[in-house]
Amino acid sequence: MKKSHTFYIGVFVSLAYSGVASALSFETLPEPPTNLVVIDTPDDAGNSVELDWALSGTDIFNPLNENASDTDPSAIVSTYSIERKISDANGSELDEADSNWQKVSEAGAGESHWTDRTVERGWTYDYRICSVGNQGDSSIWCDAEPVTPVMQMFNMSKVWLAIFMLIFGGFIAYYINYARSGKPLWVRKIAGLEAIDEAVGRATEMGRPVLFVIGIQDINEIQTLAGLTVLSRVAKTAAEYGAQIEVPTCRSLVMAAARETVEAAYLAAGAPDAYQPDRIHYLTDEQFAFVAGVTGYMVREEPAACIYMGGFYAESLILAETGNHIGAIQVAGTAMPSQLPFFVASCDYTLIGEEFFAASAYLSGDPLQIGSLKGQDYGKFFSVLILVAGIFIASIISLSHSEEGLAVDSLNYIKNNMLGSEGLGSFGGGDTDIEGDDS
Amino acid sequence: MLKILQNIDRRWVFLSMLLAVAIPVLAKTVFPVNISPQTMMVFNAIEDLPEGSRILLSYDFDPASQGELLPMAQAFTRHCSIKGHKQYYMALWPLGPPMVDLSIDTIESEYPNLVYGEDYMKFDYKTGGEAVIRMITQDLRGMFELDSKGVSLDEIPMTKNIKNIQDMDLIINVSAGDPGTKQWVQFAATPFGITTVSGCTGVQAPQMYPYIPEQLAGVLGAIKAAAEYEAAIDEVYPSIASNPKAQEAKRRMGPQLVAHSLMIGLIILGNIIFFVSRKRGLA
Amino acid sequence: MKRTVPLIIAIIAGFVLLIANFIPYAEGWGLKAQEWFNILAVGAMILGGGNLVKLHLIKISGQRKGWGYSAVTIGCFVGTLIFGLFKIGVHPNEIYPNVGWSGYYLEGGSGLWWIYQHMIVPLTSMMFAMLAFYVATAAFRAFRAKNTEATLLLVTAGVVLLGQTYAGVWLFEGWLPESMQWLRFDHLTEWVMNIPNTGGTRAITIGIALGVVATSLRILLGVDRSYLGQD
Repeated sequence: MKKSHTFYIGVFVSLAYSGVASALSFETLPEPPTNLVVIDTPDDAGNSVELDWALSGTDIFNPLNENASDTDPSAIVSTYSIERKISDANGSELDEADSNWQKVSEAGAGESHWTDRTVERGWTYDYRICSVGNQGDSSIWCDAEPVTPVMQMFNMSKVWLAIFMLIFGGFIAYYINYARSGKPLWVRKIAGLEAIDEAVGRATEMGRPVLFVIGIQDINEIQTLAGLTVLSRVAKTAAEYGAQIEVPTCRSLVMAAARETVEAAYLAAGAPDAYQPDRIHYLTDEQFAFVAGVTGYMVREEPAACIYMGGFYAESLILAETGNHIGAIQVAGTAMPSQLPFFVASCDYTLIGEEFFAASAYLSGDPLQIGSLKGQDYGKFFSVLILVAGIFIASIISLSHSEEGLAVDSLNYIKNNMLGSEGLGSFGGGDTDIEGDDS
Repeated sequence: MLKILQNIDRRWVFLSMLLAVAIPVLAKTVFPVNISPQTMMVFNAIEDLPEGSRILLSYDFDPASQGELLPMAQAFTRHCSIKGHKQYYMALWPLGPPMVDLSIDTIESEYPNLVYGEDYMKFDYKTGGEAVIRMITQDLRGMFELDSKGVSLDEIPMTKNIKNIQDMDLIINVSAGDPGTKQWVQFAATPFGITTVSGCTGVQAPQMYPYIPEQLAGVLGAIKAAAEYEAAIDEVYPSIASNPKAQEAKRRMGPQLVAHSLMIGLIILGNIIFFVSRKRGLA
Repeated sequence: MKRTVPLIIAIIAGFVLLIANFIPYAEGWGLKAQEWFNILAVGAMILGGGNLVKLHLIKISGQRKGWGYSAVTIGCFVGTLIFGLFKIGVHPNEIYPNVGWSGYYLEGGSGLWWIYQHMIVPLTSMMFAMLAFYVATAAFRAFRAKNTEATLLLVTAGVVLLGQTYAGVWLFEGWLPESMQWLRFDHLTEWVMNIPNTGGTRAITIGIALGVVATSLRILLGVDRSYLGQD
């Protein structure tokens, strides 16, 4: 490590040398960048600062450099060099090098922004930037005010998300409470779920097993949890009827969870002795090997009912077509939009997206859960209102070709603040595009 | 006759599909390709970047969808190589790294002037899917300390100055499912405004179109779009047109045409049976 | 007790991570939780693998119907495990030539690579390719013009199927006037994909997202406990 005075001497000598060299060779130095502004990144944990500067006059990517093509070749900016020093370490011990100017980054020509993510919360930093020409000549430095990154307690850019969440959660909580008070709630019939009992019943009559596939996702996916809920009901019905249930799984954790679910269901049905843990078994994590295993079972054992509830991918059609071939009653439920058409084409009943998630509330018959469904509907109504309002305002703007006014302000507010990341902000204030880089 | 058709063994359907695919493959039938505006969006996203731009290529598919996605992935690799972009490869699927290796083989055999570590490199495989994306948008080394050969990123010329993938000029994602394009859009493209294009399977494509143009700069859906993309590259860089390996997707359009025609034939046949039997049922 | 403790863990972890999303200091907690999940999932692999081996060993020892296949399964399982764990055929990494097992596990020419290249690749590709056949039978059986909606779907399917190939252009070549070019199937396909499909997909996606939120809230509030095995 250099001592600080040698460093300064070095800088002086190099500056003097570069000055002499350029004077001798009549080379022009690149113009420096200007207006370096360093701010603490808002809404963060105090671990980054943002640097913005105005491009050099000899940067050919500078839109203000109108004579870009005439710029002296030796002065054309190739990069910007950014240096930093720590002026206050908030009581911590510092390396000597850190309290001197040190190069921390380099930005390409045309770039006017950099985020320093290597800062410590509460420390104070100085920054400076210079442009470096094609020949390696540096311009004079452009300095900035010192900055001290601090932590914010709440991420204000997500305030609208929090508001939406509270409204949505509020609806659900209100209707759960409403249901608790004993008032009746009506839910429309979901044919696919009604069909499950019929399917299990038929399997019992035919003396053949019921196959249940909980998708191929892991237990941390919400669709797998929704699938387990339906499994719980199917297992209970099977236990009551005395039918066999077979549950091959694609993930070990799902196998463990499914065993718990089925065991509890058998217990609840008063038939704990009929529970056979080995019928709930892990096959493989590999998607198509799993399909091969399950379809192999289907062709050999010919289950009378095949129920698919969970997250599925390309295997959906292979499973459902094989089930169709063996003549099983098939009920499917998934929230994978791309797989829905295949299930609809090949199964007797399909729970589409939301219906699948509503299954647990529907099947339980528990008023609290049904209340949450009602709350969900109001949340949906609220979302549709915003959607319609947005479409309405956007249509007005596009029909009237107006570029300012109440409508434009409202649309900008919806786009940038409510759906974007500008937080509460001020109405009619910002008009920045949420896509930033694309614009 | 109607009875025979009604109870037709599905194996006859299978056989006809086999022939529909096999005959054009064996006959090497190639049809002309019309380039759609959707494909041009993807092509331009890569073409318009200045030479030496940093491109992250995440190949999130496995051998199962290799037939549908590999030609597209290879076309991305060739296009980036011709343009002289810096290519950073990674894979989110456990069986994805070998797919990347196929692209690296292509670079080594067709563009021997490109140097590993300076023009292209491959990150080590890390499990975690979307968690990997979320981490590398903030801190690349927090997830990948090494490249796939075990070399530290600080020792590789093209990675030593990269802090996170916000430093990339473009993300190209070839995706067969989750984690894939959806996660790249949710955790990288949208929050950080990193321009992203996607190549995905036909089944996924309808889900990806809603992201255009703000969250995705373009989507290539299945083999048809891959063929168009190959044609777009051929037009601008005629030298590549003579490379038979760079025409894989176009070759696959032949079987696709015949197979699709067969499907339409089957649907029509199915409906004729349906209507005739309904009429007789009523009569 | 057996269900109460997991329920409490789920509720606390869920709410903490939910709130962490809004607090800059806690932003990384979600990622940490995901890492913990990955660690647990790897541990659970032993559970799953153990179960697989156990079931097949029972089948073999009891010489039940099809026990030969079980023997093949166990053989493949153990074989792949050995080739993968011991990196058989993998050369040490060039940078660390003296460190055993430092090479890339799927190095070209190694044992696991051979299994991958010559078994996994063809087998999984084969399973995926079977979709072509199943799509054909499903279309043959299910695509019936039973009512107006089904007929619309049928016609759209036909247009898109042809629009995805050169036939969409070729059928209209030479006779369609310039002003009617939008009728070409490839143009119609683009329209179908960009307008009705995008609108429909957005609607389904928004509905699903709301369903996910409500289900998550039910679980977080402890209203829905069926995933823990309680109805």
